[in-house]
Amino acid sequence: MRRRVLPGLPLALGITLVYVAIIVVLPLAALVFKAASLGPEDYWRIVSSDRAFASYRVTVLCALAATVFNLVFGLSLAWVLVRYRFPGRRLVDALVDLPFALPTAVAGIALTTLFATNGWFGGPLSLLGIKVAYTPLGIIVAMSFTSIPFIVRTVQPVLEELDPALEEAGQTLGASDLSIFTGVILPLLAPALLAGVSLSFSRSLGEFGAIIFIAGNQPFSTEITALLAFIRLEEYDYPASAAIASVMLLTAFVMLAVTNFMQARALRYTARG
Amino acid sequence: MKIRLTNVVKEFQTFRAVHGVSLDIESGELVALLGPSGSGKTTILRMVAGLEYADGGAIYFGEENATDIPVRERGVGFVFQHYALFPHMTVGENIAFGMKVSKVKRSPEAIAKRVAELLDLVQLGGLKDRFPGQISGGQRQRVALARALAVDPRVLLLDEPFGALDANVRRDLRRWLRKIHDELGITTLFVTHDQEEALDLADRVVILNKGKIVQEGTPETVCRNPADAFVMNFLGDANRLDADIRGGKAYVDGVAFEAGGVADGGGQILFRPADVTWHEEGQGIAAKIVRVIDRPDSRRVLALTGSGQPVEFDTAPEFPYGKGEEGFLDIRRPRAYPAA
Amino acid sequence: MAHHGKGKPPRVGDNPVFRRTLLAFVLVLVALMIVAPLVVIAVEAFSRGVGYFAASIADPDTRHAILLTVVTALIAVPVNTAFGVAAAWAITKHDFRGKRLLTVVIELPFSVSPIVAGVSYLFVYGLQGLFGPALQSAEIKILFALPGIVLASMFVTAPFVARELIPLMQAQGRDLEEAATSLGASGWRTFFSVTLPNIKWALLYGVVLCNSRVMGEFGAVSVVSGNIRGQTNTLPLHIELLYHDYNAAGSFAAASILAGLAIVTLIAKVALERQGAGRVQRPSQLAGADSITRR
Repeated sequence: MRRRVLPGLPLALGITLVYVAIIVVLPLAALVFKAASLGPEDYWRIVSSDRAFASYRVTVLCALAATVFNLVFGLSLAWVLVRYRFPGRRLVDALVDLPFALPTAVAGIALTTLFATNGWFGGPLSLLGIKVAYTPLGIIVAMSFTSIPFIVRTVQPVLEELDPALEEAGQTLGASDLSIFTGVILPLLAPALLAGVSLSFSRSLGEFGAIIFIAGNQPFSTEITALLAFIRLEEYDYPASAAIASVMLLTAFVMLAVTNFMQARALRYTARG
Repeated sequence: MKIRLTNVVKEFQTFRAVHGVSLDIESGELVALLGPSGSGKTTILRMVAGLEYADGGAIYFGEENATDIPVRERGVGFVFQHYALFPHMTVGENIAFGMKVSKVKRSPEAIAKRVAELLDLVQLGGLKDRFPGQISGGQRQRVALARALAVDPRVLLLDEPFGALDANVRRDLRRWLRKIHDELGITTLFVTHDQEEALDLADRVVILNKGKIVQEGTPETVCRNPADAFVMNFLGDANRLDADIRGGKAYVDGVAFEAGGVADGGGQILFRPADVTWHEEGQGIAAKIVRVIDRPDSRRVLALTGSGQPVEFDTAPEFPYGKGEEGFLDIRRPRAYPAA
Repeated sequence: MAHHGKGKPPRVGDNPVFRRTLLAFVLVLVALMIVAPLVVIAVEAFSRGVGYFAASIADPDTRHAILLTVVTALIAVPVNTAFGVAAAWAITKHDFRGKRLLTVVIELPFSVSPIVAGVSYLFVYGLQGLFGPALQSAEIKILFALPGIVLASMFVTAPFVARELIPLMQAQGRDLEEAATSLGASGWRTFFSVTLPNIKWALLYGVVLCNSRVMGEFGAVSVVSGNIRGQTNTLPLHIELLYHDYNAAGSFAAASILAGLAIVTLIAKVALERQGAGRVQRPSQLAGADSITRR
């Protein structure tokens, strides 16, 4: 270990540790403690109840659908922003971050108004027999909206820094655009895409504000897990709330680990060099 | 495959432009495009490959006008300056890529066989399953060459093929590339800014400056008869003295040198540091030694002429003179040119 | 096509038909998914006229919600900024055991659902939580009051400032600070005259994003605030309340304030990115291609 030259470690580290302990670790530990105090039987009964299971199903399936949509949309958006020049490009680039900047409750009421059967989009869609607001489709819309920036912002810089000589090499070797895209560009974007996908998916799993307005919140069909935890709280069923929240926390940890693992795996060929 | 460029033009806002280059490369020839950075040499190479469009002129492959043939149908093998190996593919997959995407379908066995042959050719038999990130720079260079050769190109193009390598690796690879070229006999054009590399490797050297060809010829021709002061300077260390040209002679401090074909008026003579002998008295340009620098195999002497112009020359390690001593410079093989 | 004239040969995806199709696809989706929600907020906010809009904003409960939101931000953002700077200083300018773990813990709130955060706070300060009974007997109110709202806001935004500073300060190294210290400057002096000028844009960037999130946080605050109209309702909670009261115009009027804040945040973000903020954290280690071929 190098000799300590710069001052300020005790103070800076002290502040950091105290803050992290009080603000981050203590509450999460309290949640885990509360959930653990239930005992395995009660815990399992709560987290495996039919209603809880239905909420996991809705949440996970909608998050998957939203992530697939964002994979296509996000990759296209990143590609267009990096590779094409068109009027308004910088405006579109700035707008990509709107879902992060716009409070989720605001997004929630805006999307609900748009997709309600008397809304700008909901009206025409209902003529086609498609109902979005108060159905799982609405959940997907809200999840997609709140996680649009993830994939764009992870892919964009990698696409920008991609060595043009790699594409040129593909061209001199006689490859078609499609071969170069699928054989060279896509694999090189894969780590960033995977990172963006797992961030987008995690965010969708935990999203609350934007969804509850548009979802309809019917148990067994349009009730997401985050809402169930909230409802149990309002019913003063604190153990159930703790148990369900702990499942969400565990999922978040697993997703974090998966994200890191996938990135490390996808980066294997850059290990050296 | 013979390559012919006729009055090829490429406009760029800044540098790298090409202003009307015509060049014939014979089938099987190994030609170097040599020039400083910004001389347009890489632009020419990229136009031959089809990676850059010419704004004017034409490029012929044999009798075929290749100017408008898209890069992927042009049938060139291109080795990029930083190799551009696909980092997510193994060495073997990199080499196989061109065969896999080809319109001419080959069986996986045929591709594997060809990959093995090419790996043997570039002497990387054991590295088939490594990733580019796991091999050395010199090895990557050879993989890049094997990948380019895998598509049976009509022409091989190399952009600064040794630029990113250490000096000793560079020398080995140079000789090895010459050997491969002699075995395959494929028409090869490469770009370099290193005159030693060009002279060592090429059958013919094309020297470029500011987007124009200033001289082309065998290494012997360009070394012995540099067409102008730029070529003389670019090919190696040179001394330069102002001169007056009168009636086919160049006069420096009253001493006359051969200057056939140079118009009367202001001029200059250029000569190599090895082409100077120091005399205590007798013929030559009067000069005074300013400094002596010792080197492992010689002494480099810095002197000022009577008119105050600096001259550097190399002598044997036994050279007995030192700072402040006066004498005369006997200059061999001087070349006279008009003033710059 | 005798001569292509200017320009380079087409790159992958430059085929005009493909290009136009993809561009149209993306722009239509951006219009539908991103622009339309913004427009609908403005339209709905003024759907009952300017007078009603003004009255909605001027409503005492709305004004109280705005005030509470601003007060929350005024406490949470500076504290969070101080933490972020301290954490970045400790992590980037020093070596100590457990540094990686600390970084992971700081980033953790980014992965945790706001609802989980809110519920967790309940089990610390709520009556059924760790300190709840003790706090009640001491008559200290944390939950369903300003302190709870501030704490929950701090949780969700804990990584925001540190996340901008750490990669930048890592990249800048320690040379400048070591030089200043060797010239006899004190720690504070070194920080304010050497470190701070080099990180000011990134710091401001983090502060802007942090503020935006604090003012807009819904889920976590929703759990800990108790939703008492005119008392513990922040602006996002008030928007929900009005919306469920079937006062859409009032709800959107309040929402338009936060939408305005979002737009100001985006503009500030673009301006700060022009100063170089927010770029160092780009995941350049993911740009595998470059790191090999450029070597």
